[in-house]
Amino acid sequence: MKLFVSSSPHLRSKKTTTGVMLDVLIALVPALVMAVVYFGYKALILALVCVGTCVLTEYICRKVMKRNNTITDLSAAVTGLILALNLPVDINLFMAVFGSVVAIVVVKQMFGGIGYNFVNPAMAARIVMMVSFPTAMTTWTNTRFMETVDGVSSATPLAPDAPAYSYLDLFLGNIGGSMGEVCTLAILLGGIFLVIRRVISPIIPVIYIGTAALMSLLLGLDPLYQILSGGLVFGAVFMATDYTTSPINKWGKVIFAVGLGIFTILIRTYSNLPEGTSFAILLMNILVPHIERLTKPRAFGEKKAKKGEKS
Amino acid sequence: MEKDLLKFPKKPFRTKGGAKAPHRKNTAGCESVILRDIPEVVIPMSQHIGAHCVPVVNKGDKVYVGTLIGDSEAFVSAPVHSSVSGTVKEILNITLPNGVVSEAVVIESDGNYEKDPSIKPPVVENKADFIKAVRASGLVGLGGAGFPAHVKLNVPEDKKIDTLLINCAECEPYITADHREVIENSWAIMSGIYAVKDILGVDRVIIGVEKNKPDAIRILTEIADNKDADPDDVVRVLPLKASYPQGAEKVLIKACTNRVVPTGKLPADVGCVVMNVTSVAFIANYLKTGMPLVSKRLTVDGSAVKNPQNVIVPIGTPVHRLIELCGGYKEECGKLLMGGPMMGISLFEDTAPILKQNNAILAFNVKDASTAKGGSCIRCGKCVSACPMGLEPCKISLAAKNRQVDVLKEYNVMTCMECGCCTFVCPAQRYIVQTIRLGKAILREGAKKEKGAEGK
Repeated sequence: MKLFVSSSPHLRSKKTTTGVMLDVLIALVPALVMAVVYFGYKALILALVCVGTCVLTEYICRKVMKRNNTITDLSAAVTGLILALNLPVDINLFMAVFGSVVAIVVVKQMFGGIGYNFVNPAMAARIVMMVSFPTAMTTWTNTRFMETVDGVSSATPLAPDAPAYSYLDLFLGNIGGSMGEVCTLAILLGGIFLVIRRVISPIIPVIYIGTAALMSLLLGLDPLYQILSGGLVFGAVFMATDYTTSPINKWGKVIFAVGLGIFTILIRTYSNLPEGTSFAILLMNILVPHIERLTKPRAFGEKKAKKGEKS
Repeated sequence: MEKDLLKFPKKPFRTKGGAKAPHRKNTAGCESVILRDIPEVVIPMSQHIGAHCVPVVNKGDKVYVGTLIGDSEAFVSAPVHSSVSGTVKEILNITLPNGVVSEAVVIESDGNYEKDPSIKPPVVENKADFIKAVRASGLVGLGGAGFPAHVKLNVPEDKKIDTLLINCAECEPYITADHREVIENSWAIMSGIYAVKDILGVDRVIIGVEKNKPDAIRILTEIADNKDADPDDVVRVLPLKASYPQGAEKVLIKACTNRVVPTGKLPADVGCVVMNVTSVAFIANYLKTGMPLVSKRLTVDGSAVKNPQNVIVPIGTPVHRLIELCGGYKEECGKLLMGGPMMGISLFEDTAPILKQNNAILAFNVKDASTAKGGSCIRCGKCVSACPMGLEPCKISLAAKNRQVDVLKEYNVMTCMECGCCTFVCPAQRYIVQTIRLGKAILREGAKKEKGAEGK
């Protein structure tokens, strides 16, 4: 008889990394469906191009680096889909491919692959694209239900020359913007699914959005309009909650989310950029290791460190 | 009323973390079967934490059930008794499942299970007598740790104990041995509790039972409410959330009393003594009959066992004989566990003997035995929220891998009790607690070296 010997525990839960990533993909489906509803099949093609490029790039990267193949964990697919949903639907597909390669090669694999990237790959790629192709990245296509004068492009609700959108339009996504971030309703559906599946904790999205609302009030802005516009809700649900680039403990998550809310609104109000979500997330991502050090939970039975006393 | 100073909690206090391990208490309804068809037993001289015993019998000696075969001068140790009647065949060195090499007495059974004629109930008049009697009984913590019971009960005078906790949580999946003890031996539990309570002089006794054992809760509550069984009215049953590791000593104390045992301290430092339910029942039996710890109730279960059941077997029964008596394997066995799947030790050979503190033998088929391939940590934080000790397991395991002693200390690696929740919940299927054990070993090694350097 051949006995297998190992150290306990000998039992594991059924949840795997692949399962987690699959849940995230499922949660992104409503946003993708709404993108197709508003912008047509082009949205689907863009999504396929980004996902395909990300997965292929990851495969090649791992091969070249002689590491184990990690495309089956679906994390590259998640990165691709999130990136696609963060782009204007009419963007040149070569630019989309470029962004996907940046996300996987520069942001993710160069730092060691899944779990080691210090900023969110999709979001960093989006920022690289915004800096590289500022015009293409801010040319928003009209949804098919919109009546505008020039008939082709529209402004995001955050642009200075934006028309007055109704709250309902903002909530349902009948506005200009990146293809996946327009429909708040679809994003919230995905978020609720992730919370129910216990993939994410609601701490970050709730506190992020709450802080942003409070900041808007303090600065005399319309909080509801701020929240429903731009990529705030999408960022709060799908990008700020990225495991690798958010704090692992509860209080760390709280501080992280408060920081996100403050910076998003500050950037929107005081900088040249109309949108602050990406940069706020980038900034807070970099602070995560420091936040975690500050918020290290006290161990069971560990004495409170007294002032002036070295622990 | 003065007694009300210490209140009984109506519901358990909050505890951190924990994992939703499956219960799989398949054998909860199986009445224990006494197995006696054991031709030969192997009784190790080390079945406890502390000094090994030295055999006091020689090859060829005639022994009976309950005959002392090994003892030690050391206080932290527990004597070993013969579990069958027969002849000592040989004394040899064996490697125990935990890697310790110990002497073992092999006894050929004559199948008669004759009681040693010298066995009589101990005379107990004071605390010293009681401690002596418990030591002579060979009792160790039957929950699994195997800490000699007399050491635990011999609380230093300066520590005031006000609460006795009876651990009947039995949070490990599969195991139902304690559960069966409650159902089959309930009278002994209460009389054992009274014996221990009087010695410790405690004012309240709380029996912690997980909610997944409603019949055990009912039986224990009935006895605790009975004026004849509990004349001082100091015993209460507290149903606990069925969540692993509810039965871990520190977690149980927090759940029942809201007290936190400081790092590096013992339950006695917060006025508590925790005893396993089977241990107190054994004490009652011993005080009545004088028969030392020679047999044990075990759960035999797992995907490869033909007839999962609860059995009572002589200590020293080889595992392969036990499995044979349970109908053998129904498919190829890939992993044999001594204890539960969360903290049990996997056996490297099926000749290993049953030890005093064993409460289960689990045999799994090859499919269940296959191990996970650990991926990269995705920093999901599930281990952090699952850790009952409030640690950040993923960070500790990384520090251990990189041998960062400072980081290990900073993240309180020594607080880890190795319950394995972090590893159970990890979606990347990493070997977290296994690496943390390595980290603890690194620190211990370092401490030893430092001591050595100072000595020079």
